[in-house]
Amino acid sequence: MSALPRAAELGLIACTVCGLVCRNVPGDPQLDGDGVDDAMACPRCGSTLRRRKPDSYARTWALLIAAFIMYIPANVLPIMRTASLNDIDDNTIISGVVELWVKGSPNLAIIVFTASIVVPVLKFLALGTLLVSSQQGSGWARAQRARLYRLVELIGYWSMLDVFVVALLTALVRFSVLSLVEPLPGVIFFGLTVVLTMLASMSFDPRLIWDGKDTDD
Amino acid sequence: MGTSSPETLLVCEHCDTVYRRRPLARGEVATCARCGAELERHHALSVNAMLALILTAMIVFVQANMWPIVTLGLSGQQSSTTLWGVILAMWREEAKVVSVLVAATLFFFPLMKMLLLGWLLWFGKAGRRAPGFVPLMVALHRLGPWTMSEVFVLGALVAIVKAHTYFDVTPDPGIYAYAALTLLITIFAGVDLRQLWDQVPERAA
Repeated sequence: MSALPRAAELGLIACTVCGLVCRNVPGDPQLDGDGVDDAMACPRCGSTLRRRKPDSYARTWALLIAAFIMYIPANVLPIMRTASLNDIDDNTIISGVVELWVKGSPNLAIIVFTASIVVPVLKFLALGTLLVSSQQGSGWARAQRARLYRLVELIGYWSMLDVFVVALLTALVRFSVLSLVEPLPGVIFFGLTVVLTMLASMSFDPRLIWDGKDTDD
Repeated sequence: MGTSSPETLLVCEHCDTVYRRRPLARGEVATCARCGAELERHHALSVNAMLALILTAMIVFVQANMWPIVTLGLSGQQSSTTLWGVILAMWREEAKVVSVLVAATLFFFPLMKMLLLGWLLWFGKAGRRAPGFVPLMVALHRLGPWTMSEVFVLGALVAIVKAHTYFDVTPDPGIYAYAALTLLITIFAGVDLRQLWDQVPERAA
């Protein structure tokens, strides 16, 4: 046993909802990575106690792939139409960033670019890396991978930025024939992408990073 | 009993490492030696202070939702909107998914969170567990990251800058209320609500 004992080695199990540490009586003490079928309820909050989030790999993969599929139309299709007297202009996420850079403020353009492009792509790459390396039980850069997961959790929901921008402009810019803003299907796909990536990162269990062959540094 | 003195042990949520709990001094944060995640932090805010913050947040939330956020002007015409104006506009424009998303993350979830916390803390102030304490604490946990008022403030800023090139933009009180709400949310972000399980212990009743 290492200097830092893990809950499974001590026959303990922590409630993921309220944090209570319980003694794990029934069930297989073996770590199988996908949760043991302990049908035990937390004595404090009543939630089912599980060693690991159920079917973490399968669920995270499914949600991540679904998010990626949504992400393609989110970028290809326009998210917003600006119509004025003599001109109709359809904006995609990228063209919106470019326009903001050229006409408005480069600083905000960088923020929008980060929220709409960098964060989703980072989430795909990061969660993909975490899934593959954890499924192989890799001992590579565990501490860094753990930090990467926490980063993904922290910044994930800021991607909603562009959705809120389109929604607000739609409600504001309604000057009948002079000027109108309408949402276009891209924004729906983008909203779904954000929700799906958030669900994906929630269903990944970071404890799996540490479950592989024990190479305690 | 299947529990082993719940208050003395602590398990890192991110890697399952077991620690013996020790009292933290003011400003101290316990981090996991294996994975670096935060284990626990000193509770700087008392139940009373949290309740005061929540009540303030509720008042600001009402203002942020009632008052218009920003007004645009174009050749004599004016156009302004509130949050519900945004939600209804998206619904009308056949972007119902977005409308529901906006309504949930900016109105219903934040509202639920504040009402739940207000209810739990109101009773907690008297050292009692509110009726429905256990299911409500679980519901609070499930609300997790689905409240996004702070993202909306940044979104409003971006929208204002985008609109600025074509329209006369006048920020309205709603945007300031939202800014204040974001400040309150940021203060609350550092609070681990699980402390309520320990601070308001179950009493034989």
